[in-house]
Parts: sequence; structure tokens; C-alpha cells
Amino acid sequence: MNSNNNILVKLNNAGFRQSEKWLVEGVSLTIEKGKIVTLIGPNGSGKSTTAKIALGIYKNIEGSVEKYTTKVGYVPQKISIDWTLPIRVYDFMLLTETIEDSAIDEALSLTGVIHLKNINLGSLSGGEFQRVLIARAISKKPELLVLDEPVQGVDYTGEIALYELIKKISDTLNCGILLISHDLHMVMTATDHVVCLNGHVCCSGSPLDVAKNNEYKALFGEKASQILTTYEHKHDHVHSDEGEIKKN
Amino acid sequence: MFDDFFIRALVAGIGIALVTGPLGCFVVWRRLSYFGDTLAHSALLGVTMAYTLDLNIAISVFLISSIIALLLIQLQKRTNLPGDALLGLLAHSSLAVGLVVIGFLTFIRFDIMGLLFGDILAVTTDDLLVIWTGGALILIVLKLIWKPLLASTVNYELAEAEGLNPDRAKAIFTILMAAVIAISIKMVGLLLITGMLIIPAAMARNISDSPQKMVLFSIIGGLLSVILGLYSSLEFNTSSGPSIIAAALILFILSLFKIKQSIKLKN
Repeated sequence: MNSNNNILVKLNNAGFRQSEKWLVEGVSLTIEKGKIVTLIGPNGSGKSTTAKIALGIYKNIEGSVEKYTTKVGYVPQKISIDWTLPIRVYDFMLLTETIEDSAIDEALSLTGVIHLKNINLGSLSGGEFQRVLIARAISKKPELLVLDEPVQGVDYTGEIALYELIKKISDTLNCGILLISHDLHMVMTATDHVVCLNGHVCCSGSPLDVAKNNEYKALFGEKASQILTTYEHKHDHVHSDEGEIKKN
Repeated sequence: MFDDFFIRALVAGIGIALVTGPLGCFVVWRRLSYFGDTLAHSALLGVTMAYTLDLNIAISVFLISSIIALLLIQLQKRTNLPGDALLGLLAHSSLAVGLVVIGFLTFIRFDIMGLLFGDILAVTTDDLLVIWTGGALILIVLKLIWKPLLASTVNYELAEAEGLNPDRAKAIFTILMAAVIAISIKMVGLLLITGMLIIPAAMARNISDSPQKMVLFSIIGGLLSVILGLYSSLEFNTSSGPSIIAAALILFILSLFKIKQSIKLKN
């Protein structure tokens, strides 16, 4: 039972097997209101699979998923719109739920694509499409937001702005976020909990804990570990050229 | 008013076009044209069953087509044969079995041509009742499953993740396909039903920029095809089904000019 009513989704030792091959196994994690959980790991490590288990897309799973919300916003890793279906950004915003025009405009403005409202989805660039996907997911004011590499194809300044937006959404809507991202710099700015996957959970904890973990270092290399620890330091001090620590 | 066979045909055709318009859009979006064909072929078996057991043709076709659709879903789960091979298997074997059974029914005079291509004269007042009540039911159900069906057409996982139950919508849509074939078989004929579903929708795609508009234009295209086709069949003494489909084809060709324009505008 849900003893803590901040919990939105709980995976207990969950795994998924596709024709004899385990895509991911033994994942336990909890997503709570107002918290951001980030999945990292190399290609094929089961990040998207884990997200789909949490969302209930995969049904025949090992272990169990407890889900305490139905208000879900999802940004899938890839979506392709067939030419035969004429659909504008506006229609796409209304795809899974009927929402008010003001909410649509607000979400599109937040991700910076309000000018594309009446454009056909098929004619958007990769980055524009991602912004529309994020706008659609947040416009529903979900309790649980699952973002599978939400900023792929977005330009660098846009990326920073979108991650800041995601952080802001988690605060203002008090929704739980499951984020999948490659960008370690970005991930660490807002994440509360990091789960490092490689077919199974290789390590998890706060960003700093994970960065110090030896398995993580083995998987991503020493440099990636430095990125994380450096970031953690950034708030209160800087490193001088000699390696001395100076307080801000 | 329904005494005149031509008025009856017109009323029947309008009823069918109102239903094939929106369903046809989903057939095009979900790439189900061959699936529609398979159900239509199996309709022959339904018609023979209706004659043998003295049932209403629409009901009997609906039952057989639904069974074939369910069989297909089961076969897809149990074998590794690709979808089109399974469809071909079901389409042609049900057509063949239907024709074999007809061979045994020597005591009934069969109008095979009417069955394959539709027959104006065959439409009775009872048929009108079946078409309009059946059609209204189909449209109401389609309206109810519109959101999950459209969402899963765009992306199955998105629909599933956000709680829209796309599997249920798909199953219901399959039944609706069987139903539309059942109500339109007498009018358009089993070889041409898929044309009635696809051609107006394809025409509508060329001139639409949203799903709703495509459905609307598809209905309008179907209505125009029925009216133009029926009047020309009366004028030139051609069969009704092919004339309707030919009219739809002309509308499709006209719609190509519009799409050419919009491509030019883009460049």
C-alpha cells in the first residue's frame, strides 16, 4: 500500500524480457511529487525500457509497478508522424486530453514555439518538434512527467533554457519527473536522485554519490565523474589554477 | 417517396458515404486498406450464409466479417507470418470458400455481378433502415473512441502511457469496419467497398491540414461521388458501384491540383 502519499510510481525489482533477452532487470526506484529522478547509462542499457515499465506501456513484466496517479505526461524518445495524417501543432496539443486554448498557448510560449501553433507537425525541425512534445506533455498539468531525452536536437542555449523550464515545472506543478538524459552537465543541475543503468541498476543515489561510485566511473570514465563533482562544487566555491579552493 | 428505386439508391448511398468518410480516414492513417479488402472478400461467405440460413444479409455479413477479423488477430499472435500474407490467406480462402458454397446452392439464383459490384435495384426500404440505423450507431461509437483511436494512430505508446487504452479502441474499430462493410455490401459491392473507404479519404488528405478537416472533406467527397456516380449511372446505364468509385476517382484527380499548388507555394 501507499504509506507515503507523495509517491507517484514505485518500481519493485522490475524487469522486462523480450524474446529471451532481458532489456532491463532488477530495477527498483520511486518517483515522488516535486522530485526529479534521472536515468543515465550507455546506449541499450534499458533507460527507455525502464521508463516504459514505469508508464505501464509494457505489461508482461517481472517484479511489480505501483502507480498512484493517472495524470501522466509523456515525451517519448521518438515519434514519427505519417504524411497521410494532416495534423497541426494545435491538434497535437489536444491529442490525449481536451485542454483550454489558454493552457495550450501558455505551454507553447514556455517552450518558445507559440509561433508554430498552426503549422503542420510534419514540417517542423527536430528541435522545434521536441519543444512541441515538451509543451504538450506539460500543458496537461500532469502529476507525473516522463521525459525520454527531451532536448535531443535542441540547440545549446535552448537546451539550458528547457532544463531550467523542467526544473521550474517540477517546482510549480509539484509533479514528479522521470528524466532520461545523456547530458551529464545538465542532468546534475536539478536532479534529486540519479539511477545509473547498465541492464540493471549499477548504482544510484544523489548526483554526488553516483559520481563518486566506482562502477559509475568504470562505465563513464574518470572524466564524467569529474564533471559531476565539479558541478556540485560550483554553488559555493571555485577552483583556482593551482587547484586551491576559493569560497565564492 | 422511397417508392422510386433511384431515390432509394440515393438515400442509401448518402447514408453509406456519411459513414465511410470518417472510417476511411482511419483506414488511410492506420494503413488498413488491405485489411478492409480482406473483410470485404469474406463478406461473400456472409452472403452465402444469409441465403442458406435465411438470415438478413447485413447481419450475416457483419457476423462473418467480425469472425474473420478476430481470426486475423489470433493468427497474428500465434504465427510469425507477416501481416500481409495472413491477410491474403484469409481474403482469398474466404472468397474461395464462399464461391464453392455458392456452387452447392443450385436452388438459388445468384446475382454474382450484383454482389461483386453492387446493385441499385437491389436496395429495398428495409435496407435503408439497416444502413441508416447501422450507420448512426457506427458514427456514435466512432465519436466515442475518436480520441484514443486518433492518439494511438499518432503514437501507440503515448496513448497507452497517458491512459487512453488504445487496444480497446483498436478492437472496437475493427468491429466498426466489419459493420460498415455489412451495411454497404449491397450498394457498392464487395470488390469496391475498400475504394469507397479509401478514395474520398485520399482525396481529402490532399486538401486538408487537420484530422477534423480531412474527415469533413472525406464525407463531402463521398457524398459527391455517390450523387455524381448514381446520376451518371442512370444517364449512361452503367452499374452503380463502379460509377460511384469512378466519380470518387475524378474528385481525387482534381484534388491533386490543389496539392501541386501548395507544394509550389512552399518552394
